[in-house]
Amino acid sequence: MWNYLKEIWLGTYSLMVGMWITLRLTFHRPVTVQYPYQTLKLPARFRGHVQLPLDANGKPKCVACMACARACPSNCITMEGHKPEGATRRELSKYTLDFTTCSLCGLCVESCNFDALEFSKDYNLASLDKGDYVMDLLKPAGKEQPK
Amino acid sequence: MTQGTQSIHRETFVLNLGPQHPATHGVLRIKLTMDGEYIEDAEPVIGYGHRMQEKMGENRSYAKYLPNTARLDYVAAMFNTHGYVCAVERLAGIAVPERAEFIRVITAELNRVASHLLWVGAFLVDLGGFTPLLYTFDDREQILDLLEATTGARLTFCYYRFGGVCNDIDDDFVAGTRKFIAHLRSRMPMYHAFITKNIIFRKRCEEIAVISAETCRKFGATGPVIRGSGVAYDVRKLEPYSVYPRFNFNVPVYPEGDCMARYRVRMDEIEESLRILEQALDQLPGGPVMAEKVPRILKPAKGDCYFNVESARGTFGVRLVSDGTDKAYRLKLRSPCFSNLSLFQECSRGLLLPDALALLGSLDLVIPDIDR
Repeated sequence: MWNYLKEIWLGTYSLMVGMWITLRLTFHRPVTVQYPYQTLKLPARFRGHVQLPLDANGKPKCVACMACARACPSNCITMEGHKPEGATRRELSKYTLDFTTCSLCGLCVESCNFDALEFSKDYNLASLDKGDYVMDLLKPAGKEQPK
Repeated sequence: MTQGTQSIHRETFVLNLGPQHPATHGVLRIKLTMDGEYIEDAEPVIGYGHRMQEKMGENRSYAKYLPNTARLDYVAAMFNTHGYVCAVERLAGIAVPERAEFIRVITAELNRVASHLLWVGAFLVDLGGFTPLLYTFDDREQILDLLEATTGARLTFCYYRFGGVCNDIDDDFVAGTRKFIAHLRSRMPMYHAFITKNIIFRKRCEEIAVISAETCRKFGATGPVIRGSGVAYDVRKLEPYSVYPRFNFNVPVYPEGDCMARYRVRMDEIEESLRILEQALDQLPGGPVMAEKVPRILKPAKGDCYFNVESARGTFGVRLVSDGTDKAYRLKLRSPCFSNLSLFQECSRGLLLPDALALLGSLDLVIPDIDR
């Protein structure tokens, strides 16, 4: 009988401790962020999909050496290059990223010897059209894709 | 007892447990044969999430398999990558700089804390208490923020490379980790006050689903499951790898073998991991984080090696056989969750259904790790 009453008392006490902690934390500052009205700052090393940074002349730094396409585990990079007459280095003529198979591992950026690839900070990539994810990275900047 | 009541008593029915929708992740089906509320037999049906991870490791180069390792046990992805890179380094004879080893230990232990925090929350949801999940996720998010700033991803880190790690840690990371250690230490008494001492939680866990050390050995269960059955089996102590021998830490062991023992092991492990983190940050040496002259296309000499690490769920082992080419001849992954699940059939016999759910939760299963 004594043990039974003791157990009821200890049980009630332990529940009250839990309720007290909940009550105390109710008045704390919220830890959640009200997305999409508020967003967090992305860290500098955030691994989004890749993009081609431009040099001072507004051209991609890429020399079409194919190192990124070879490093990709899921073969999602297709690229073509050409050498314009009189030029000293090759230039890109096509660079397509098939984002449906990309696993955002970053091995392509690591393999690049020319700093010609970087991670984008774009993460709003929801779309109803699968075609939006086959990205032409050579498209002039300003045209956001996919929509 | 008359003939009639006896035949009614013997009537059993089959109950399918678990999500089996193609769109869900972590699909585990358990076919339960029930005698009323009691379990007569439980047959785990696995393979819904099988992705041929081992075969994938055999048809692509060593470096290209790295992103896959983070997708085996995505809650504690660092350990899988750690096991794989260490196996390849052993085969290829690559020496890792000291600073890189320290960074590996720091990030892996942070990942262990994150994994255990997630488990505590999810286990209590299994038992019917939702609130603690919100508190543990709050703390876990802080770890993920730290790791994201360093590795670039929140879950599928892919941070270790053959010969080191891909990015160095910065002062912000060190300061942030120290701040987090102090923060979590201040939160632990709160967890113990409202989870460990909670009467409902204790009634649901104490002396429920007792697993003997013998059963653990029989099925190859490792990690907190075997340590909750009184066996101090921890790869970090028994087959020390990386720089673990330099740190002073205990292996928590509870002999009871019930769900409460497994819970206590994990809670103590969080505190031990914080101790390791503190020591590693104090002793962190300078220097490079990548070994010099690691060839871009790795071709280890012919050979066979096995390497295991202590993951958050138990022993994660990698067996690699190289035939001298740039692809592995054979890759075998020993996942802790598969062995831990194996004992469920034997241990759940005769349990009430809610107690079996407590047992299932206390094993800390990550289903893609079972299926691979």
